[in-house]
Amino acid sequence: MYRITYKKSLNPTVTMLDIEAPLVARKAKPGQFIILRVDEDGERIPLTIAGYDREAGTVRIIFQIVGATTEKLNRKEVGDSIQDFVGPLGTATELDGLKKVCIVGGGVGCAIALPIAEALHEMGCEVTSVIGFRSKDLLILEDEFSAASDRLFVMTDDGSYARQGNVCVPLNEMFAAGERFEKVITIGPLVMMKFVVEATRPTGIPCIVSMNPIMIDGTGMCGGCRLTVGGKTKFACVDGPDFDGYEVDFDSAMERGTMFRDFERHAHEETCNLFKKSV
Amino acid sequence: MPNMSPKKNAMPSQAPEVRAHNFDEVALGYDEATALDEAARCLNCKNMPCVTGCPVNIHIPEFISKIKECDFEGAYQVINRSSSLPAVCGRVCPQETQCEAKCVRGIKGEPVGIGRLERFVADWHNAHTDGVADIPETNGHKVAVVGSGPSGLTCAGDLAKKGYSVTVYEALHTAGGVLVYGIPEFRLPKAIVKKEVDNLKAMGVTIETNVVIGKTLTVDELFEMGFEAVFIGSGAGLPSFMNIPGESLKGVYSANEYLTRSNLMKAYLDNPVTPISKGGRVAVVGGGNVAMDAARTALRLGAEKVYIVYRRSMEELPARREEVEHAIEEGVEFMLLGSPVEILGYRNPDDKRDPKNGTVIGMKCIKMELGEPDERGRRSPIPVEGSEFTLDVDTVVMSIGTSPNPLIKSTTEGLETNKRGGIIVEESTGATTKMGVYAGGDAVTGAATVISAMGAGKVAAKAIDEYLSK
Repeated sequence: MYRITYKKSLNPTVTMLDIEAPLVARKAKPGQFIILRVDEDGERIPLTIAGYDREAGTVRIIFQIVGATTEKLNRKEVGDSIQDFVGPLGTATELDGLKKVCIVGGGVGCAIALPIAEALHEMGCEVTSVIGFRSKDLLILEDEFSAASDRLFVMTDDGSYARQGNVCVPLNEMFAAGERFEKVITIGPLVMMKFVVEATRPTGIPCIVSMNPIMIDGTGMCGGCRLTVGGKTKFACVDGPDFDGYEVDFDSAMERGTMFRDFERHAHEETCNLFKKSV
Repeated sequence: MPNMSPKKNAMPSQAPEVRAHNFDEVALGYDEATALDEAARCLNCKNMPCVTGCPVNIHIPEFISKIKECDFEGAYQVINRSSSLPAVCGRVCPQETQCEAKCVRGIKGEPVGIGRLERFVADWHNAHTDGVADIPETNGHKVAVVGSGPSGLTCAGDLAKKGYSVTVYEALHTAGGVLVYGIPEFRLPKAIVKKEVDNLKAMGVTIETNVVIGKTLTVDELFEMGFEAVFIGSGAGLPSFMNIPGESLKGVYSANEYLTRSNLMKAYLDNPVTPISKGGRVAVVGGGNVAMDAARTALRLGAEKVYIVYRRSMEELPARREEVEHAIEEGVEFMLLGSPVEILGYRNPDDKRDPKNGTVIGMKCIKMELGEPDERGRRSPIPVEGSEFTLDVDTVVMSIGTSPNPLIKSTTEGLETNKRGGIIVEESTGATTKMGVYAGGDAVTGAATVISAMGAGKVAAKAIDEYLSK
């Protein structure tokens, strides 16, 4: 069992947990992920690592409450334990030697983008961060990004906070002004990453995306997380989760992401009903 | 007097029309009277040809003699000297190509039902003993085993019997490897695997789940932690796809994913947290045992029609005869000499956001004919031009093989693999190219059988014992 040592609600639908998992904490690197099960017979879900404390032996995860499993996870409190926690899985984001990078995060994807921004910042790399949210009440980690970035752009779709518009707005402005980076690293909803890739493509700057598809084992065994990258079948769990954004077939990834949507929606409702009954 | 009946005692089984709709075990096992009658068919040959056919050299005539004496626990102890997992092997071993293929009784009639007797003995033992094994005296040496499938469990069991302190590392949340994620309940009940794993624990073996060797810990770190030898039995995890159009559509699974959802993630129990396609029309592509498991699982999940699509003929079909017969009896339809060329998906021309977009609506196949035998003697299939046809299916399960997982190789310096990704070992010992590291099972051979993996685990355990006794 893996004990929860810290819990914080970042907004009404996004929660941060630190979980005791010393072996995972010892090895974790930005860009890698873990798989957890909340309870016996629970679903295995992949979550990208949002931080780690090697000395305390804890791993930080930040998740959005979207379905039955994340609903159950959100009901756990400090001192409670979860059934399974395995990792670190996948390959780490390649950061060596980078001097000037733009990080583009969207929604809860910002939670995964943050450790990358922090690692780059610590290396002395010039970090420009663009973070976007649907509205003000969904904003997370602004202070943390501010501390890890040389420049920070905050965007909201509805203009309820900071600047109105999507993350491509400041990106396009920078590109138009002749600003160049060694890499653009983007993490967020598939459709956002697709647009960031298209905005970046004309500049020729390498654009790295972090994929989070349906997954079971996370070690390459089930093949459920397969993506089409450069016309070839790749497994996000072992070949990724980072991929060259110019090569990823986003349309098929978005379609596959909805494979079990009806089932998931139903399971979430059932779980919520159960919690209502038990109260 | 031996029983000279030319036929084996039939295995009592659930009727096909009943079992096709439940996940209970198909074969029900011999009762005592039937076991005694079948045991009496054994001639107790002096030269024991059957033993040479067994990858772990179980003393077959000896255990059958014990059955004849009604000493069922004694029979178990004979098997247990050679095999750590008798209840498993009695169910999933391809006896017809191993021990039973060598049986003298098979020359004029059917061989002795050795597998059925092994299963009877193991089940008798499990039902009549409390399972507390003797804890061997420790010899102070530590060995790590990577993977808790058949090769890992066998290696761990043999070493534990010799007094080694053994830790088994498993990547998933449950021990058993392919025995729990791959082989379905109706062929190998989960409770039997759990019992075998519990036996090992009772003998002092430690099982650490949720540790991925190559990620959470490396092989070199295991040595730093004080393990003196490492056995790698990580299996052939990576599923292959055909690289035809449509394989990323919704409703296309690898057999590994389909079976893992049903078995390990318990969709077969109607577990409300695990989604899987149920019902509808299913095509399983491939002709191995895994394909049979997937097809029969689909039936039990409520499919109205299940096809096996295989590119050669029934003669070349690699699955066990018994599994094929079971599948046919249950209503699986075999589309032989056919191969998929494209999986077809739904596309609403008027609505790009239609949630049905990208779901499977059919599979385009082409007919094949068999050409000349290749260098391995297998006749290679050749597409018949213009013979394309479409199968009306909404789920496709690709069961065309797996390859070894590269996670360990890529993180272990000095561990060499062949061009197919299999770890290179010395066959007689399982020793790899790295000092103190041994390997066996599918991680070495690519996809093979449970018993050959067990044989490899056994060989390696013996070699590790010799290496550490020096």
